Amino acid sequence: MVGILEDKDRIFTNLYGLHDWGLEGAKARGCWNATREMLAQTPEWICEQIKDSGLRGRGGGGFPTGLKWTFMPKQESERPHYLVVNADESEPGACKDREIIRNDPHLLIEGCLIASYAIRAHTAYIYVRGEYVHERERLEAAIKQAYEAKLIGKNNVHGWDFDLFVHHGAGAYICGDETALMESLEGKKGQPRLKPPFPAGAGIYGAPTTINNVESIAVVGSILRRGAGWFSGFGRPKNSGIKLMAASGHVNKPCVVEETMSIPMRQLIEEHFGGVRGGWGNLKAVIPGGISMRMIPAAEAEEALMDFDDLAARRSGLGTATMIVMDKDADLVKAIARASYFYKHESCGQCTPCREGTGWMWRIMERMATGEAEMKEIDMLLDVASQVEGHTICGLGDAAAWPIQGLFRHFRHEVEERITNYRAGKPHVQGATLRAAE
Amino acid sequence: MSVRRLAANQPESFAFSPATLKEVKVWIAKYPAGRQQSAVIPLLWLVQKQEGWVSEPALRVVAETLSMPVIRVYEVATFYTMFMLEPVGSHALVQVCGTTPCMLRGAGDLISVCQKKFGNRDHKSADGKFYWQEVECMGACSNAPMAAINDFYYEDLTAETFEALLDDFAAGKKPKPGSAIARQGSSPEGGALVLLDPSLYDGTRAKPIKTLPNAPPKARKTKAPAP
Repeated sequence: MVGILEDKDRIFTNLYGLHDWGLEGAKARGCWNATREMLAQTPEWICEQIKDSGLRGRGGGGFPTGLKWTFMPKQESERPHYLVVNADESEPGACKDREIIRNDPHLLIEGCLIASYAIRAHTAYIYVRGEYVHERERLEAAIKQAYEAKLIGKNNVHGWDFDLFVHHGAGAYICGDETALMESLEGKKGQPRLKPPFPAGAGIYGAPTTINNVESIAVVGSILRRGAGWFSGFGRPKNSGIKLMAASGHVNKPCVVEETMSIPMRQLIEEHFGGVRGGWGNLKAVIPGGISMRMIPAAEAEEALMDFDDLAARRSGLGTATMIVMDKDADLVKAIARASYFYKHESCGQCTPCREGTGWMWRIMERMATGEAEMKEIDMLLDVASQVEGHTICGLGDAAAWPIQGLFRHFRHEVEERITNYRAGKPHVQGATLRAAE
Repeated sequence: MSVRRLAANQPESFAFSPATLKEVKVWIAKYPAGRQQSAVIPLLWLVQKQEGWVSEPALRVVAETLSMPVIRVYEVATFYTMFMLEPVGSHALVQVCGTTPCMLRGAGDLISVCQKKFGNRDHKSADGKFYWQEVECMGACSNAPMAAINDFYYEDLTAETFEALLDDFAAGKKPKPGSAIARQGSSPEGGALVLLDPSLYDGTRAKPIKTLPNAPPKARKTKAPAP
C-alpha cells in the first residue's frame, strides 16, 4: 500500500475519471445515499456535525467550515440567503477542484444541497473559472441529471426547495478572493470589497452569503454519512480530515491524490508522486501549497507534515496542499521571478501598494534572476515586499510578497552569489564609470 | 494589471444569432429579477464563441440586452483577460501556460515552438490560421506543461508532441483533448496506485444507511422558517 489513507476511506472514488461520472455511477459509489435523512435533521445539527468533524476550508484559508455556516442569520428575512461555491481555481500549482468538478460532480451537487439547507439558502451558484470549459459542461450536465431525478429543484424529493446554477468567470485570478468573486458574479470587474460587511451579513446582491471552496462542500455529504468522528480521526488535532493533494514540478509522477492530513511530506512525495527527479538527495526546495506559500528547503521538507499548523510553524502554509517541487537543476530565482510576473499580471489595480508594488517586485526579480541587480537591491526588494504585505484590501498583496520572502529567507546566499558572479571580470559595473570620471 | 484596449478596426455592427440568443435567455434566467447584469461575463463569452472575438458594437448590444451602461460592459471586457479584443486565427487560438509549475516542466520549449511557427505572441500568424498567447496558470499543474487550444486542454506536452498537435490543427483536424502521454486525467503515469479496492464500485457504498451517525434519537424535521 502507498501512503496512509486506505481505499475504503476515500471520498473521491472517481478522482481519475475511470468510472461513470453520471448520476447512476455516482449513486453506486454512495453519493446521494441517505441525503434525505440528513435533511430531516435540523440545520443546527448539520453545522454542529461539520464543526465536530474539524473540517477546515479547503481553498487555502483553513477557516473552520461549520463555524462559517453559523455566521449566517438564523432566520430568513426578506433578503434570501445564498450559497456560493468558489470553483475559480487559479492558484499556480492548484489543480484539485478540477478533478472533483469533472469526475465527481454529484458529490459537489449533493454537498451544495446540504450546505444550502444548513445555511437556510434556497439558491446556490457555482462560480467556475472561465478556462474550465470542459469541466463546466460536465457540471451542467450533472446538474441537469439531478434536476431530472428531482434530487434538486422545486418540490424535490428532499423537501427543501433548492436551485443550483453554474456561473463562470473569464480568466481573472483575483476572482478567487471571495469578495472579488461576488463582484464578478454581480457582473462587475472583479475588484475585492472592503470587509466588513462580511459576506454572511451582506454578500451577493446585498444578501447574506456563504462562500466555500469546492472541496469543502463536496466532502460534506460523506462526512455526515460516515460521522464526524470518522473524519476527525485522520490527521493531527485541529488539522483533521482527509484532503486532496497534488504535486507539480520536478517529481517523477505528478498527480492528484487523496490523503490524510498531516502525512509527512517526504512520504507523500516518495510514495504517491514517484519521488523527486534524481532521488530525494536531489531535492532543493518545495512550495507546499500553491505558489503564494513561502518555499521550504529540502532539510525542512524532510521533516514537514502536510497540515496547517506544522507548515505555519515553518513560516510557510498548507494553502491548497498542491505542492510545487523543485530539484537542484531548478533556477529558484527565475521560478520566483515568473511567479512575480504572475502577480503583476493578475493584480486588479485597486490598491496602490499592490498595483505598483507587484510591478516593482517583478522588475527587480527579473534583474536578480540574471544577476544584473545591485547587492543593495536585495534589501530594497524585501522592504517593498513588506510594504505591500498586509497593506491591501485582499490577500493578493500578501500572496505576491510571500514567495519572494521565502526565497530570500532560505536562499539569499544564492542570489548574492549570482550578483557577484555576474560582475566578476566586468570592470564597468553600474556607478563605477561615474566614480572613475570624477 | 494588464493593459487591454479595443482593436483599432471595428466592424459596423453586431447581432446575436438565433442560436446564441437562445443561450442568452438561459443565462439571464439564472439570476434574480433585476439582477440581469450578472450575465454580462457569460454573454460576452457567447459573443466570443459566435464571432471569435469581442468587438465594440457587440459591447453595445450586450449593454442594451442587459440594460446596463456601455461603460460597465467595456470595463468587464477589458478587465477579464479571456476576452479577445481583436480577431484571432481562423483555425486555432493557442494559449500556452507559462506560469511557474508549467515553466519548471518545460513550458519554455512550447513557447519556442509557437515563436518559431507563428512569430510573435499576441498576433495572428502570417497565414492567418493561428493566434498564440502565453497565459497565466490554467489550473492543470499536475499535467504540466499544457496548452489550451480552442477552449480545451492538451496536457503533458513536449516540443515534439506539441508541434505535431499544431500541425493537425493547421490541417483542419480536431485532435482529441487530454494528455499526450495517454494518462487518464491526473492519475500518475503508468496507472493509478490507489482506488483499486473493488468494493468501492460494487454498490457496497450505496446500501441504505439506517441511522446517520450521531443523529439525535427520533429526529423530526423542523419546519423551514417562514419566508
